[in-house]
Amino acid sequence: MKTLKIEELSKNFGSTEVLKKINLEIDEGNFLVLLGPSGCGKSTLLNIIAGLETINEGDVFIDDYNVSKVEPKDRNIAMVFQSYALYPSMNVKENMIFGLKQAKTSKEKIQKQLEKVSKFLQVDQLLERKPSQLSGGQRQRVAIGRALVREPRIFLFDEPLSNLDAKLRVEMRREIKKLHQQLKTTVVYVTHDQTEAMSLGTNIAIMNHGVIQQNDTPEKIYNKPSNTFVADFIGSPSMNLIKGNLKENSGDLLFTVSGSNLEIPIKDYDFKDKSNLNNKEVFFGIRPEHIFFKKFNESDFEINLRADLSEYIGHEQIMTFDYANQEVLAKFPSTIKIDLGKETKLYFDLTQVSLFDAQTEERI
Amino acid sequence: MQDSLKSSSYQQLEQKSKYTNMFLRWFLYFILILFASYFIFPLYVMVVTSLKTMEEIRQGTLLSWPSGLNLESWAVAWGGRGYGAGDTFLRPYFWNSIKMVVPAVFFSTFIGAMTGYVLTKWRFKGDQWVFLFLLFGCFIPFQAILLPMARTLGVLGISNSVVGLVLVHTVYGIPFTTLFFRNYYISVPTELVKAARIDGAGFFKIFFKILLPISAPIIVVTVIWQFTQIWNDFLFGSTFSFGEAAPIQVALNNMVLSSTSVKEYNVDMASAIIAGIPTLIVYVLAGKYFIRGLTSGAVKG
Repeated sequence: MKTLKIEELSKNFGSTEVLKKINLEIDEGNFLVLLGPSGCGKSTLLNIIAGLETINEGDVFIDDYNVSKVEPKDRNIAMVFQSYALYPSMNVKENMIFGLKQAKTSKEKIQKQLEKVSKFLQVDQLLERKPSQLSGGQRQRVAIGRALVREPRIFLFDEPLSNLDAKLRVEMRREIKKLHQQLKTTVVYVTHDQTEAMSLGTNIAIMNHGVIQQNDTPEKIYNKPSNTFVADFIGSPSMNLIKGNLKENSGDLLFTVSGSNLEIPIKDYDFKDKSNLNNKEVFFGIRPEHIFFKKFNESDFEINLRADLSEYIGHEQIMTFDYANQEVLAKFPSTIKIDLGKETKLYFDLTQVSLFDAQTEERI
Repeated sequence: MQDSLKSSSYQQLEQKSKYTNMFLRWFLYFILILFASYFIFPLYVMVVTSLKTMEEIRQGTLLSWPSGLNLESWAVAWGGRGYGAGDTFLRPYFWNSIKMVVPAVFFSTFIGAMTGYVLTKWRFKGDQWVFLFLLFGCFIPFQAILLPMARTLGVLGISNSVVGLVLVHTVYGIPFTTLFFRNYYISVPTELVKAARIDGAGFFKIFFKILLPISAPIIVVTVIWQFTQIWNDFLFGSTFSFGEAAPIQVALNNMVLSSTSVKEYNVDMASAIIAGIPTLIVYVLAGKYFIRGLTSGAVKG
């Protein structure tokens, strides 16, 4: 049984297609992050799961029960919003128990739930206050509390941290992570912040233009992006994508770039399809953090590139190198001194390489 | 030597700027007092005239102070002289107006709030068109709807009654009240409605429990606006009602114009003030919120 299952879901606003044939599954207790640039349809998808938006095609199942036409309140979900959406005229206590009261829960049960949750979230001192008298972090906690008291099957979070300042955001991120570890409730979480996605999710679904590009664990998303969009979207700075060709030379596979005599051997690469690799036009993808200034592993490949630019950002520096007129970025500790305008010896960690078809932009 | 010279010239400059500021300040007050008296002057004339006897009015000037606190003309304006036919006085019409204004303001405000709520929080296909046509209603001149409205009231059987006037003013007020509430609710985050829906609240519960409690500023604005409009209306009142059912503005007109013998300026003035007092009271009580409500849409709380 899947806690949440979405089948062939499509949604359009007028002639604009927002979601195209989405398929998605979440197991009990998992933390799924919907990640993507603004306008990719992730919030719409969340609203559809909540029942706040109608569906054009496809179905949503919660615990194998088709809820596509079920009212939000009957879906056994709770949602935390970006603007917190606390009812301004009610105090914290009334805010938290509003849903239970609507569901005609008994007074004793409401009181018990309220005490439990407010203690758990440390808002039990704030129960009589109005939302306007709370700080950003407190409001966030009350909003989570309002979701918690209903003991839902699924928690939905719609960019809950993006209204907080940078420091508080990191704190609240950890609190949400702790919360999930303790409660083990299934979560669907929407964000455009990759750090949030990476640190919180057990699964990340990356979306673009209404299509799920990749749905995987954070490790796989980072190490084995399934197309150039994912490769480019995750990581800061993003993955270097060097355009070139594959060449077969007496059984060995080499990556070459026109206008350069550099050849990078492709060994032990886990190809999806080994046929037709010779002369294939590809993107050679390597992350800036997988380019070293000295040899760390036996398999590291030595290459000489000209250093063009250095960006100092405190604990590290981002260097730009020239690879046959294509930019290659590398991340080094800021203590390393590299002369600009000179050829520099670099080491590519070839175990961390991704290759993409230049036409389809899919991983090969 | 040079230092002392410098400091003395600074002292001179300081002195000079002090005089300039003082002059400007006095000038400012002068202008303000001038404008204020320009506006308060008619009221002054009305009040002193209403307190004079006819004898005084004939002999004195417009501005002269009354000889005493002579409230007789007020009593006449409010309650009449006590003889039978032809004696027009304001009391019954004042209550007519109250009976017209209170329900008309209530219904138009309530319907406007509902419509504004639907147009912003329960969007539907073509809702912009509905809003556009409603806005259009704000610009229809009063005169244009007189005939159709008279016919409608006739068909409904409520012409020449307070109920009929309540209907007219409610209908005519809806475009304005909708505009007010729609512009207010558009700045209220829609996520509030979403949260309430997940919490299990329905259409009316969300309106009464979530939106209405935070609508005080715009309710005050709407009530003041509608109260003033309806209380001061003469055209609808004079067209759709006559005799006993007339509102106070119509009665005031009849009273002032129908004096057969001598023009009783003191009674006329007292009547005019009585007819204007309710709107004044509403402004004094709620004026503070009026300004706040007008700007509250712009500055998000």
